[in-house]
Amino acid sequence: MERLDYLGDERNKAQFDVEAMKVAWAGSPEAFEVCDRMAKLVANDPVFEKFSKPMLGRKELFKNTLRKAAHAWKLANDLHLTEEEAKWLRHYIDEPNYTDLHWEMFVPALEGQCTEEQKKKWLPLAKTMQIIGTYAQTELGHGSNVQGLETTATFDRQADEFVIHSPTLTSSKWWPGGLAKVATHAIVYARLIIDGHFHGVHGFIVQIRSLDDHSPLPGITVGDIGMKFGHGTYNTMDNGVAKFDRVRIPRNQMLMRVSQVTKEGKYVKSNVPRQLGYATMVSVRQTIVADASKALSRAVCIATRYSAVRRQFGSRNGGPETQVIDYKTQQNRLFPLLASAFAFRFASDWLKSLYTDLKQRLQVNDFSTLPEAHACTAGLKSLTTAATAEGIEECRKLCGGHGYLISSGLPELFAFYVPACTYEGENVVMLLQVARFLVKTVSDLGNKQPVGTAAYLGRVAPLTQKNCVVQTAEDWLNTGALVEAFEARAARMATGCCQRLAEYKSPEEGFAELSADLVEASLAHCQVIVVSTFIRRLQQDIPGKGVKQALEVLCYVYALFLLHKHQGDFLATCYLTPKQASLANDQLRALYSKVRPNAIALVDSFNHTDHYLSSVLGCYDGNVYPKLYEAAMKDPLNDSDIPDGICQYVQPILKQKLHSAKL
Amino acid sequence: MEGVDYLSDERQKAQFDVEAMKVAWAGSPQALQLSNRMANLVANDPAFEKFTRPMMGRKELLKNTLRKAAHGWKLIVDLRLTEEAKWLRLYIDEPAYTDLHWGMFIPAIEGQGTEEQKKKWLPLAQKMQIIGCYAQTELGHGSNVQGLETTATFDPQTDEFVMHSPTLTSSKWWPGGLGKVSTHAVVYARLIVAGEFHGVHGFIVQLRSLDDHSPLAGITVGDIGMKFGNGAYNTMDNGVLRFDHVRIPRNQMLMRVTQVTKEGKIMQSNVPRQLIYGTMVYVRQTIVADASKALSRAVCIATRYSAVRRQFGSRDGGPETQVIDYKTQQSRLFPLLASAYAFRFVGDWLKWLYMDVKERLAANDFSTLPEAHACTAGLKSITTTATADGIEECRKLCGGHGYLVSSGLPELFAVYIPACTYEGDNVVLLLQVARFLVKTVSELGYKKPVGTTAYMGRVASLMQNNCAVQTAEGWLNPGAIVEAFESRAARMAVRCGRQLAEFENPEEGFAELSVDLVEAAVAHCQLIVVSKFIEKLQQDIPGKGVKQTLEMLCYVYALFLLHKHQGDFLATGYLTPKQASLANDQLRTLYSKVRPNAIALVDSFNYTDHYLGSILGRYDGNVYPKLYEAAWKDPLNDSDVVDGFPEYVQPILKQKLRTAKL
Repeated sequence: MERLDYLGDERNKAQFDVEAMKVAWAGSPEAFEVCDRMAKLVANDPVFEKFSKPMLGRKELFKNTLRKAAHAWKLANDLHLTEEEAKWLRHYIDEPNYTDLHWEMFVPALEGQCTEEQKKKWLPLAKTMQIIGTYAQTELGHGSNVQGLETTATFDRQADEFVIHSPTLTSSKWWPGGLAKVATHAIVYARLIIDGHFHGVHGFIVQIRSLDDHSPLPGITVGDIGMKFGHGTYNTMDNGVAKFDRVRIPRNQMLMRVSQVTKEGKYVKSNVPRQLGYATMVSVRQTIVADASKALSRAVCIATRYSAVRRQFGSRNGGPETQVIDYKTQQNRLFPLLASAFAFRFASDWLKSLYTDLKQRLQVNDFSTLPEAHACTAGLKSLTTAATAEGIEECRKLCGGHGYLISSGLPELFAFYVPACTYEGENVVMLLQVARFLVKTVSDLGNKQPVGTAAYLGRVAPLTQKNCVVQTAEDWLNTGALVEAFEARAARMATGCCQRLAEYKSPEEGFAELSADLVEASLAHCQVIVVSTFIRRLQQDIPGKGVKQALEVLCYVYALFLLHKHQGDFLATCYLTPKQASLANDQLRALYSKVRPNAIALVDSFNHTDHYLSSVLGCYDGNVYPKLYEAAMKDPLNDSDIPDGICQYVQPILKQKLHSAKL
Repeated sequence: MEGVDYLSDERQKAQFDVEAMKVAWAGSPQALQLSNRMANLVANDPAFEKFTRPMMGRKELLKNTLRKAAHGWKLIVDLRLTEEAKWLRLYIDEPAYTDLHWGMFIPAIEGQGTEEQKKKWLPLAQKMQIIGCYAQTELGHGSNVQGLETTATFDPQTDEFVMHSPTLTSSKWWPGGLGKVSTHAVVYARLIVAGEFHGVHGFIVQLRSLDDHSPLAGITVGDIGMKFGNGAYNTMDNGVLRFDHVRIPRNQMLMRVTQVTKEGKIMQSNVPRQLIYGTMVYVRQTIVADASKALSRAVCIATRYSAVRRQFGSRDGGPETQVIDYKTQQSRLFPLLASAYAFRFVGDWLKWLYMDVKERLAANDFSTLPEAHACTAGLKSITTTATADGIEECRKLCGGHGYLVSSGLPELFAVYIPACTYEGDNVVLLLQVARFLVKTVSELGYKKPVGTTAYMGRVASLMQNNCAVQTAEGWLNPGAIVEAFESRAARMAVRCGRQLAEFENPEEGFAELSVDLVEAAVAHCQLIVVSKFIEKLQQDIPGKGVKQTLEMLCYVYALFLLHKHQGDFLATGYLTPKQASLANDQLRTLYSKVRPNAIALVDSFNYTDHYLGSILGRYDGNVYPKLYEAAWKDPLNDSDVVDGFPEYVQPILKQKLRTAKL
């Protein structure tokens, strides 16, 4: 940080201990220490410079990423980083690349779906990166519906091999990161065919490229699928297309932990519960929720700091204009996002504990909480990623015109983030899964006690009968009243959907017809989870002066903001009167004034380095304008006063000689 | 178009005459003919190829744009295009310095120059012997024009103005065409005469030598750097400009409204200052029209691809379900389709409003100006916001493939979103509408509201009578719909007025309640769009089934808004929960009616594949082979083994990282 601090005054206003808040955000003093160390390691290493990224052509960009990935792996080895530390290191490098897939998809798939023998063979190779792997599931014509994949793996008994084949154009594997140019191996999902019979979709380890000269193996066509949204963002990743022309692999390269194919071509299921796959899904989606809070916190940090620097209108007697953060319209868009970042952070912490709990249960063959855990993670994945994608773009708009500059960091953050709404379960498809779970839970209420995050549905009778008792704006500062409001709204929407579904002869037809309403009910359910998780977090001990109080304010902001945004639901279900909804809005407005003095300190608590933020508008010291100016001058167009093309294409116009010009 | 048509089944389902709908969308047969001719002219000229744009570095990209702009201008001159030139530039679909030259620089001189000034500058500009831009915003100053810092100080001794940038934040920042191309600019600066400030005015300043294009003495000018997206606005040289005591002759101040005499006297001419507002109405009307174009492009892409894409729902090994058949897809897509039409028609109406305002201004009748100004400000805000959100929603509706640049949607989003900020930040504009609404309400006793606020005159009955709808069919009634939107808007405005009255200081109240005021302003603006759509349908619209189809879209638009904002309708007590639920039932039914017409409705926009620039939105629906083909054109696919592999990956695989040179 430079010595100058244009935000010093703002920092002095904080009513809580920022260092303690940093620990609360990180989760523990240990977690904070690791993150902080890794973030600084990256920020201080010139190899990881990011500024020039948007100006590089695709080839140069990609080469640059390969260099960073190699350097990171070297650091991880030289410094003997633990897996946890290495993960953070990769995170702070902040550049999608093939190692993400290798470590977060390929290696876990091997760990989760291989037999012990397979693990013994493949894991050491993968963990030392003697092979580099990716995860090839989606196809050109097939995304959400895994059962619709077309790639085939046909067992050839005589050769004791599988024949991996792409029968159609739409069966081309499409999207896997790292596949196009780097991966030597892939776990390929394909339809298992034995003697002409289909036995479900399974994973197969397929070598893609020669380990000698890296050229694609015979029968394999592999390449990059082209540019994606943004400049750097995912263009540093070689998302790939692969087609197989009867590629043969040994039988033991099918991942056989759950199902096996014997030498004789018998399809055998092991006693390993298939449900184990769901645990992996829960773990992956928990990571996505954690990433949502990180991405949103970055955007909010940039927009908050810049809103304190930027002034517009409101000058009195020639004095300075008003800081835009002081406008209620700005606060009303910004502070709920700030509160959301914290809400998602705590929801992801809680999901981590849910995953641990689930894993333990599965090991003792207890599958009772699985549907609930699955619905809950699917729903939170959807809710948090959708809100984060929108929130980043909202933060960009909150930065006015300058937010449109790449140097603001926000365009790239948005372009980088939005795929989270689609991958690992498209967000609307996810909410429909939640809806199925809710409908089932409600219809089973007579004979089955709902558990976990659906437990409130067990109290459906009082929730649908008793209405809100709030009478003053202050009454809304009551966690019980808030939780009950969200529970009542969700319960009423779910039961309302069920009643309407019952009017259809075919339940499937009803589900299809009412799906838009079911999605709204799911969202209401997921919001209950986030709100009540935030509230439960506050019931725990949180050390540090003023930390808990500041978080309480944010928790109320989050809940009341949602209540206002969805007041149509609360009113339509008759839980609230218009007067009560209006009181909630009054309270929300009052809370914004309480957030205001703490705003800068709250975003400082994320402990994001300037390198990680990579935003001129969000720089820690608030020295925005000189830095914007400086950054502009680095654009390649400014290499000369008269850029390429002026002589050929502009001069002839000005000199009225266009007729004879060669265009 | 090629031979195959994967969407022909869809096209045959249409229940209306597509050619007639094309006319309805274009506005008139002549307008369709003209825009069709220009679109095809561009689409068939290889000079305007767009596919490779995202893969170019910045320098190459700008050079390519300069070439296209020159080629476009050559065509305009050679083919003697007049009115068509605007359409030609639109279909070239690449922001360039010429947009500013024709769209801002020339109109500024026309509107703010004296006859003498026009005689001198317009011929030069119209032949492009000079190229101009419009330099208003500064590094530290955007929305607040009065806060600009650049100074123009009159020096009576030399009869010149001295243009100066006193601080870093006073650097001109953002003007398109300024960075590298423009030779001249209309620069807005604080007029200082004899030490006194006399408001912000425009000055024509030469920036670059007409000989060698180098910046003139005292002028620092450059590009402000990369923006959102790959191509998008990176084809534009948005610029930064600083003046170090640059002198210009006195007669280069735009003097139609205010003059500075040789003696340094400030004179106001008898030209009404309100003329400026006329220009603003014009510019914002264009922005609303552009919103419907951008949204319709995105909707066209998402609708066609939703008919091509299949996922889930296969029965007995048959094909999967087209994603357009899912209600969740329809409930996101069809309201956007309806919005595109709604914005198109409200744009037409704004054009009429502008003509009306211009005529009145010419006759010194300023009575409708505040209403017209509020109305265009508000419509600019809600249509651009909805379009920006809508494009991104369309991208998401295309699933994973929407993330590919070849889908066209990332670039469309990136190039569109500045519309939410330029020419009036959308929230700032809604606050202007709110001020106007509050004023209208407070004056109800003695001043009859006009035009789009006329309904406020019936405020008493709008506050008292609640909705009478009793069945889902009851909602298929334009009267019921307009009344619902009027009541909601009136009640929200009146409520804000009452709450404001509780504050001692009105300004403080306005600041404190600004969020609620913005919501009331949105309600008012939505009413305008809904009622203009309905008014359009009261006119004659030729063609089999055209009017019926548009009626359906009108209901979709209105009921979608009603559902989205049901909180407002319920909170104001106008609707019961039951009535809101009936509206939603009707909406769902309407989606099924839109479904068979969906592809034909987007065909009616008459977009060429070139203009769409999207593989997913191709007319023939031949998506997958074309996606596959496009992928191989990425530079990374030039070779099997990519640049950087031997240096940075091979050492890892061979476990020789330690000795590798990274």
